[in-house]
Amino acid sequence: MKITLNVNGAGHFVDVEPRRLLADVLRDDLGLTGTHLGCEHGVCGACTVLMGGRPVRSCLVLAVQCDGSSVRTVEGLAEPDGEPHPLQRAFSAEHALQCGFCTPGFLMAAAGALEADPGLADDPEAIAGVVGSGICRCTGYEPIRRAVVRAAREQRGTAGRAP
Amino acid sequence: MKPAPFDYVAARTVAEAVEALGGTGHKAQVLAGGQSLILEMRLQRVRPDLVVDINRIRELGGMSIEDGDLRVGALVRHTAFESAEVAPGPLGTLLSRAVVNIAHPPIRSRGTMVGSFGWAHPASEWCAIGVTLEAVVEMTGPDGTRSVAAGDYFLGPHRSERRPMELITSVRLPLLREDTGVGFLEHRRTGFCFAQVAVAATLTVTDGAISGARIGLANCADRPVRARAAERSLAGADIGPLPEGARLPDDHLFAHAGRIAAQEDAAPVAEPYADVEYKRQVIAVLVGRTLLEAAADQRARLAVREGRR
Repeated sequence: MKITLNVNGAGHFVDVEPRRLLADVLRDDLGLTGTHLGCEHGVCGACTVLMGGRPVRSCLVLAVQCDGSSVRTVEGLAEPDGEPHPLQRAFSAEHALQCGFCTPGFLMAAAGALEADPGLADDPEAIAGVVGSGICRCTGYEPIRRAVVRAAREQRGTAGRAP
Repeated sequence: MKPAPFDYVAARTVAEAVEALGGTGHKAQVLAGGQSLILEMRLQRVRPDLVVDINRIRELGGMSIEDGDLRVGALVRHTAFESAEVAPGPLGTLLSRAVVNIAHPPIRSRGTMVGSFGWAHPASEWCAIGVTLEAVVEMTGPDGTRSVAAGDYFLGPHRSERRPMELITSVRLPLLREDTGVGFLEHRRTGFCFAQVAVAATLTVTDGAISGARIGLANCADRPVRARAAERSLAGADIGPLPEGARLPDDHLFAHAGRIAAQEDAAPVAEPYADVEYKRQVIAVLVGRTLLEAAADQRARLAVREGRR
C-alpha cells in the first residue's frame, strides 16, 4: 500500500505492507533509528513518537494508519542548526539519562505533554503521568521528573516574554 | 513478533465499514485505537484475515448530550475524559476519576472508550462503568442499527452481544443527577498494570438517606458485574457522619456492603498474584472505600449547592 508520511516536516512516499508498524517503517524504511524499540508491546515507551501532535506508541500503530498524518520523532526535536530542544538541554542538565535507550521515548512523551499543556510545570500529576509512561532501568526516574519540570518551567518563564 | 499478514480496509463511512465486515466469510477485526488489538496481533493470539480501520470515519469522532445521555462516538479517545468538564455534573467527575487508571498518556491518546466495549476485557474500567450506569451500546450491521443495554451486552472475556458483521458506533451513558456522588477506585500491582479489582460507585442521597446506590465491579468475574445485593443493603440507609481515616470500621454500612459485594455479587476468577480469596478481600475493602469516596463527593456537591443559595 502506498502512503504519504510527513515526518519531522519532510514528506515521504513509501510502499508498505499493512501489517508493518510505524516504528519499523520509521527505522527500516526511513532510516530514523532514533526511535527505539524495546518491548514492542506498548509497555516500555521507548518507541513513543508524536502523531498529529499527540504522543503514541509507534509499536502499536500501523504505518498505513498514518497515511497523510504528520509524525514527529526525536530527530525532529532539535533546531535545524543543531541547537538542542529545551527538553534535551534539561535532560542533560539533570542527568536524566544514562544508557539513553529509553530517552527518545521520554523526550517525545514529554514534548507532547508540554505542547498540549503550557502550565505543565504546575501539574505534578500530569508530570508523573509522563514519567510513568515509560520504563527506565538506569535513572530511577527522579532525574527524568526533574528534567521535565525544568523544561516546563523554562517554557512557562519564556511564554510571557515580549517577542 | 510482528503481526501476520492481513487485508486492510480504511473505511470512510459507517456503511463502508459494515459492508467490509459483512463481505468476508473470514475473520475480520475492527481497528479503532488498536492499543489492545495490535498488541494481540503482534502476539499472534489474534490473526484476522481482514482489518477494518474506522479511524477515518468522521461521523464517529463526536461526543454529544442527547436526551439526558452522553453519547460517545466510536473514535473518542480515552484522553478526552481526563477533564471532568467532559460531561455535566457527576458523570464527568466519575469518568475523569476512572480514566487515569487506564494505562498511561500515550496509550490514552490512541485507545477509545467504545473500543473497550468492543474488546470486552473483564478488567476494563469503562465496561464496569457501563454496567454500573446501565449504558447502552449502539451497533450498526447489515440489518440496520440496534441498541443493547450494557447489562446484557457482556457475555464473558472478550465475548459480547456484538455480531462479527456489526460495528459499535457509540455508547450512551446516562447523565447523573446533581444530588449524586461518585467514586472510582482501582487496585493493581504497579501503576500501569491491569486492574486486579476496580470499583465504580454512585450514591444518591435524599434528606440524609440513601435513595439510590449503584456499584459496578471490574475484574471481579468473567465480565463486568453490578453488585446488586450490596446495593440493596444500602437502600434507605441513613448515611450519618462519614468515618475518618483510611480504614472503615467493620460495622459501618459501607464495610458491610463491601463484604456482601465480595461474597454474593462477585465471582472472582483466579489470576497470577490474585487468587479468589485474595480478590474477595480486596473487593470488600475497595467497595467500602469507593462508597465512602462517593458519599464524600455527594457531600461536597451539596456544600457547593448550599453555598450558592
